[in-house]
Amino acid sequence: MPRFILSRLLMVIPTFFGIIVLTFALVHVIPGDPVLMMTGDKYLDPARHAAIMHSLGLDRPLYVQLADYIWHVLNGDLGTSTQTKQPVLTEFVTLFPATLELSFCAMLFAVAFGLPAGVFAAQRRGTWVDHGIMGASLTGFSMPIFWWGLLLIVVFSGELGWTPVSGRISTDFYFEDGTNFMLIDAWNSEDEGAFTSALSHLILPTIVLGTIPLAVIARMTRSSMLEVLGEDYIRTARAKGLANLRVVGVHALRNALIPVVTVIGLQVGTLLGGAILTETIFAWPGVARWIVGAVFQRDYPAVQGGVLLVATLVILVNLAVDLVYGVLNPRIRHRR
Amino acid sequence: MTNIALSAAPTAVQGTVITPRREIWLSLKANRGAMAALCIILVVILSALSAGVIAPHGPYVTDKEHQLLPPAWQDGGLAAFPLGTDKIGRDLLSRLIYGTRLSLLIGVIVVTLSLTTGVLLGLAAGYVRGWVDIAIMRVMDVTLAVPGILLAIVIVAILGPGLTNAMIAIAVANVPHYARLTRAAVMNELTKDYVIASRVAGAGTLRLMFDTVLPNCFAPLIVQSTLGISSAILDAAALGFLGLGAQAPTPEWGTMMADAREFFLSAPWIVNFPGVAILVTVLAFNLLGDGLRDALDPKLKR
Repeated sequence: MPRFILSRLLMVIPTFFGIIVLTFALVHVIPGDPVLMMTGDKYLDPARHAAIMHSLGLDRPLYVQLADYIWHVLNGDLGTSTQTKQPVLTEFVTLFPATLELSFCAMLFAVAFGLPAGVFAAQRRGTWVDHGIMGASLTGFSMPIFWWGLLLIVVFSGELGWTPVSGRISTDFYFEDGTNFMLIDAWNSEDEGAFTSALSHLILPTIVLGTIPLAVIARMTRSSMLEVLGEDYIRTARAKGLANLRVVGVHALRNALIPVVTVIGLQVGTLLGGAILTETIFAWPGVARWIVGAVFQRDYPAVQGGVLLVATLVILVNLAVDLVYGVLNPRIRHRR
Repeated sequence: MTNIALSAAPTAVQGTVITPRREIWLSLKANRGAMAALCIILVVILSALSAGVIAPHGPYVTDKEHQLLPPAWQDGGLAAFPLGTDKIGRDLLSRLIYGTRLSLLIGVIVVTLSLTTGVLLGLAAGYVRGWVDIAIMRVMDVTLAVPGILLAIVIVAILGPGLTNAMIAIAVANVPHYARLTRAAVMNELTKDYVIASRVAGAGTLRLMFDTVLPNCFAPLIVQSTLGISSAILDAAALGFLGLGAQAPTPEWGTMMADAREFFLSAPWIVNFPGVAILVTVLAFNLLGDGLRDALDPKLKR
C-alpha cells in the first residue's frame, strides 16, 4: 500500500511541473508585443517600453524567466493582478470559497439524485421507467447549461418569484471577517433570515451546475449496476433468500460504486468548467467568473495564476480519487 | 473493439451474406433512438446545404417595421416570420437555418483537427512506447488537468475572440481524449497474433502502424468522434455565449443567445429557439454516438 501511494504521488510531480510550464508558456506565446498587449496602447515611447519590459522581467533570457517563474510559484507567489494590484493568490483564496460552496452543493445534488436514479433504472431495465430516466439524463447531458440557467431563472425567479436571480445573499446582509462560505457565515450570524437568503440564492446555481454530473452519474450507476446484477454472487445472494433491498442495496451497490466513484472524481474538472458559465449567468462571485473577467481585462498574471490553481486542484482531486480507488479495489493496488 | 475485420468473417444467414458493415447497420437500425437521431442529423445537414433556398429571409436582413415580433402562432405574429424576429427585425427561423451551417462546420472541423492530432500522437505513443510514450502522455495529462472549456477560453484569450480561434481552442482541448483512446487500443492490438503474423511477413513500421493496427482501433474512435461533434457544438455555443466565440451578427446559436439575453423576459423566443436548436442537435449526436457504441461493440455497451 505505501508503495502504491508513493508511486501515485510521484506521478503527480511531472504533471504539476507541466502545468507550471504551460501557464508560463501561455503568456509567452501571445502573438505581438506583450507590453503593448498588456497596456492596450498602440504605441509606447521606446524608453518607457524598455522600462516596462524590465519591470516585468521580460528582457531576460527565456530560461531565466522560466526558472524565476517556477521559483516564485513554488514559493506561493503567483504575481500581482494588473487590474486590482492585489496578489493573485490572495484574490483566488478570497473568491474560492464561493466556487467551492457552489461546486460542493452541485455535487451533492448530482449524487443525491443521480445515484438512486441509476439504481432505479437498472432494476427496471427495459421498462418505460428506465427509458424515461435515461432519456432525461441524456437530455440533461446535452443541455447548453447557459440556456438551462436562463430557463430556470425565468420560471422560478420570474414567473413564480421563489428564488433570487443573482448573487450569493440578499444585499441586506453583510458579514465581515467571515469564512466566505456564505451558508456557514449566515448560519453563524445572528441576523434573522440570513441563512434562508443564502440558501435560496444557492438553489438555482446548484441545479444548473449539477445537471451534467447528475446525468453522468445516473448513466454510470445504471450500467455499473447492470453489470454487477448479472454476476453469480448476486444470484447466490438471492438464492439464499435475502430480501431484494439487501441484495441490491448492499451486495450489488457496493461493487457497482467503484467505477461510479471514479466518475464522480472525474466530474470535478467538469464542475470547474461548468462553473465558468454558471457563475457568469448568476453573477456568482467565484473564481471561475474571476478568471473569465481576467481574460477579458487581459490581466495575464490573474489568468496564469487562476489556470495554475484550478489545474492543480484537478490534479489533486484526481490523485485523491486514485488513492480511494486503490483502497476500494485491491486489484488496482497490486497491479503494477 | 477487437478487430471487427477479423471476428466478422462473412457469415451466411438464410442465404444472405452479413458483412461486418451490414451487421453494424442492422444493429443500429434496431435502435430506435439512434434512428431518430440520424433523421434529425439528416434534417440538420439538409438545412445547412439548402439554407439559401429554404430560409424565408437572409440571415442579416433587418426589417425596421417588424422588430421583436413573436412567433406566428402567438398574438401579433406574422406568417412571414414563422418563429418571430429579433431586436433589429431579423427573421429568427432564417438565422437558425443558417446557423446549422456553422454548427456542423464547428463539429466537423473540431473533430477532424483533434482526431487527426490525437490519433497520430496516440499511435506514436502506443507503438513506439518508451520515452516517446512518456513525453506524449505527460503532455496529455497536463492538458487534461485544465478543464476543457477553461483551456479553450485561455487559448481564445491568446489568439483573440472569433469563430476560427474558438474552433482551434476547442480542438486543442479535445486532443487528449483521442490520443488516450488510440494509445490504449493500439497497445491492445499489438499483443494480437495477426500483428505478429504481419510483422513476420515483413511489414514495415509504417505499414504495421497505419495499415495493420490502426484500422482495428477505429471502433472506439468512431464513437468518440460522434460524441465529440456534440461536445464541440456545445463548447462553441458556450464560447459564443461568453462573447469569445463567433461574434455578432454571425448567426451562431450561442452568439445569438448572448445577443438576445437582455430580451429574455420580454421576448423569450429569441433566446429559446436557439437554445432548442442547440439541445436537439447535440442530443441527436449523443444518441447516435450511444447507438454506434452499442452497434460497434457489445462489450462497450453502457
